[in-house]
Amino acid sequence: MSLLEVDDLSVAFGPRRVVDGVSFTLDRGETLALVGESGSGKSLTALSILQLLPAGGTNPTGRITLAGESLIGAPQPTLLHARGQLAGIVFQEPMTSLNPLHRIGRQVAEAVWLHRKMPKDALRARVIEVLAQAGFADARQRLDAFPHQLSGGQRQRVVIAMALANDPALLIADEPTTALDVTIQARILGLLADLKAARGLALMLISHDLEVVRRYADRVCVMKDGVVVEAGQVAEVFAHPAHPYTRMLLAAVPKGAPARLPNATPPLVEAQDVRVHFPIRRGLLRRTIGHVRAVNGVSFTLHEGETLGLVGESGSGKSTLGFALLRLQHAEGRIVFAGQDLSQVNRRDLRRLRSSMQVVFQDPFGSLSPRMSVGDIVAEGLSVHEPSLTRAERNTRVAVELEEVGLPPEMMNRYPHEFSGGQRQRIAIARAMVLKPRFVVLDEPTSALDMSVQAQIVDLLRSLQERHGLGYLFISHDLKVVRALAHRLIVLRHGVVVEEGTAAKIFANPQQSYTRDLMAAAFKLAAPASEEEEAGDEIEVL
Amino acid sequence: MDARVAPVPTFQLSPMTRRRLAIFRQHRRGYVSFWIFMVLFGFCLFAEFVANDRPLLLMYEGRLFVPVLVNYSETDFGTEFLPTEADYADPDLLRDIHEKGWAIWPLIPYSYKTVMHDMTQPAPSAPSWKNLLGTDDQARDVLARVIYGFRLSVLFGFTLTAISSVIGIAAGAVQGFYGGLTDLLFQRFIEIWSGMPQLYLLIILGSIITPSFWVLLIFLLLFSWMNLTGVVRAEFLRGRNLDYVRAARALGVSDAAVMWRHILPNAMVATLTFLPFTLSGSVTILSTLDFLGFGLPPGSPSLGELVAQGKNNLQAPWLGITAFVVLGGTLTLLIFVGEAVRDAFDPRRAPRASKR
Repeated sequence: MSLLEVDDLSVAFGPRRVVDGVSFTLDRGETLALVGESGSGKSLTALSILQLLPAGGTNPTGRITLAGESLIGAPQPTLLHARGQLAGIVFQEPMTSLNPLHRIGRQVAEAVWLHRKMPKDALRARVIEVLAQAGFADARQRLDAFPHQLSGGQRQRVVIAMALANDPALLIADEPTTALDVTIQARILGLLADLKAARGLALMLISHDLEVVRRYADRVCVMKDGVVVEAGQVAEVFAHPAHPYTRMLLAAVPKGAPARLPNATPPLVEAQDVRVHFPIRRGLLRRTIGHVRAVNGVSFTLHEGETLGLVGESGSGKSTLGFALLRLQHAEGRIVFAGQDLSQVNRRDLRRLRSSMQVVFQDPFGSLSPRMSVGDIVAEGLSVHEPSLTRAERNTRVAVELEEVGLPPEMMNRYPHEFSGGQRQRIAIARAMVLKPRFVVLDEPTSALDMSVQAQIVDLLRSLQERHGLGYLFISHDLKVVRALAHRLIVLRHGVVVEEGTAAKIFANPQQSYTRDLMAAAFKLAAPASEEEEAGDEIEVL
Repeated sequence: MDARVAPVPTFQLSPMTRRRLAIFRQHRRGYVSFWIFMVLFGFCLFAEFVANDRPLLLMYEGRLFVPVLVNYSETDFGTEFLPTEADYADPDLLRDIHEKGWAIWPLIPYSYKTVMHDMTQPAPSAPSWKNLLGTDDQARDVLARVIYGFRLSVLFGFTLTAISSVIGIAAGAVQGFYGGLTDLLFQRFIEIWSGMPQLYLLIILGSIITPSFWVLLIFLLLFSWMNLTGVVRAEFLRGRNLDYVRAARALGVSDAAVMWRHILPNAMVATLTFLPFTLSGSVTILSTLDFLGFGLPPGSPSLGELVAQGKNNLQAPWLGITAFVVLGGTLTLLIFVGEAVRDAFDPRRAPRASKR
């Protein structure tokens, strides 16, 4: 008998079934991956195992047996025993899965104490042991740290330590690395693989990233709309995908190359020695004791019709630089846009210029006002910059733009919450494009989207660029997407340009070790050779 | 193509509003309270037509008079009277009217200031068929005074709440949106301003001028706008960093439009939650001032004055009981409505899909 047996499981919210008839088994020492796009029911399947469904969710059918115990409808003591003792769980977002008010030592100790009462000294020793296993070299010193003093990767290690505190047989990892930087992602996945091998853990890995699955899983279940469409050995499924959906997922990698540049286009944006410093204030009188140099002397030139890729890990100052170029963030240095020095123009002229420089944000859920209809959202810029348009003319422009980004114009009267992530991102792009800008800052426009949708958005952005000769500043930490769009590349680290050049040259032959690490992590999921963990005591910049 | 793509958007409730209405309706206690309150308030808005010491309509020697709307002098009703304003309680005039025409009287033939002269008992007199809730210690009909007093209290509360909310939201919005030094100075100002001793200032004011409805309103406004600023400021501080707010600024939308169109709707949820409680607070504060004698001038129909009369005339329990029931009932209704509104705006609550 297997450690975990799930048979004909379904999850329903009211009359709506979101997971239907899912069956699989998982043994010790094995990694099973659940793959699918967002909304496919993979997280709900995992949460059902520990009966942690969100309010309103029920399991109308199905049988879940973990180490011989049936869990659906089990009494509370059985469930409490299963949670933590038999199975641990690691969630996606390390920022919110730790209590910000408690020191991490206490939080890990609680996980141990809930299942095994022991004296204080033994407890402390156990916590240090678990943290060390989760990859903290200086576990003893870290006990008293608060979550905000740790980086994202370190926080995820704490969560893993908590999940493993009672030597569970099963570890459920729900997108454990999606919120992390590529280089840290590789380290965390490596840690999970090591722990699995060392303890004979059964690992259930939930991911939308096929590359992660290919490298770390033994077997895979591909889910779509709550149903397992394909299951089998990873090598088998990846080599010979049987179901069209699996084939679509595998093919859906942002690809293609940036359009060939027309020769010698005029420069559109010139940045010289751009600096953004945030003051650090301490003490009673809030005296400035130093500066966080978010962007520290960056210079570049962007030509018309060209895409400049801006890559780097989180905290490297990419987004800050993007906002500084749009003058949404105060910055020092010279920024020349279409021949005008932006630091010299007054507010009125700047507002007029805004129609030719636009921005698309990362999170398509946050960047659209939930209280405005799609038509109003797209038309807002028009009402500012072309107030003479009549209502009918404005609606026509909006409709044309929606059609250009691949949305039916009838959607004008609907609200953002009725749309999927990819459609929302198209709306956000339409909002920027309706003003016919010449320069667009794309701040990780694909990071929050499913892989297949990413590819579509990249294609859309490329075709818009070809048609209108747009200059893009493409900010991303995902080098796969950058390769599909960027003509030239700037690698940023701690606000300083590390490497700069044509994309082809840098991808073929990165000069700096930092760039090489990024490449390795992105394309081979390898942890960087240098074992230098990201700095802990990050200063929170609000 | 135009016919297809550019339909003139018709007015329709947004899905969110519809959802909120559904939750509000499902909140039975609040929904019922809302209608009870609206009916009572609507009824009292027309207090002059419900309780008045003048006839609604009067026929005299073939001429039609509307005493409830127009002031007539007594000479209009025959020559033997004086050219003063008609007193329809005057038995001579009444007899004359009934001989030469007819009159339609309101449901309660007394106004809030009508002093009764034909009392069989000393004032305050107990409830009787003539005075359903008895009379107060100045021989005025309590029911008539309650109807006028309720209207005055609620109107005062509405006006005070509406104006102080507008000022409070605007102040909070400016603080939260601009932050930095603006915020800092504004907050210190509010701290100092809220330290002012309101009641003493009111007593001083009352000793200089007679406080009328509008004087009291403006005076209370000086202090009550600060209730909402904190919440609104917090919402704006949060809201100004939302992606769609930044997107709007990148579009070149002006600051005022960004605040109005993009951040205010977020802040409104918190604000609307407070509103019914602010409203009941405003109703209470007028009654409190009237009770203490620092409120509206003597003779005004006021619930607070009725409470004071109840306290001074313990031998006439109908005064105290009426005041208690009316004030307590009003506040309870407002709080129930407030609870329903709060639930309706709570994003975590969904309307129940099916019947239980």
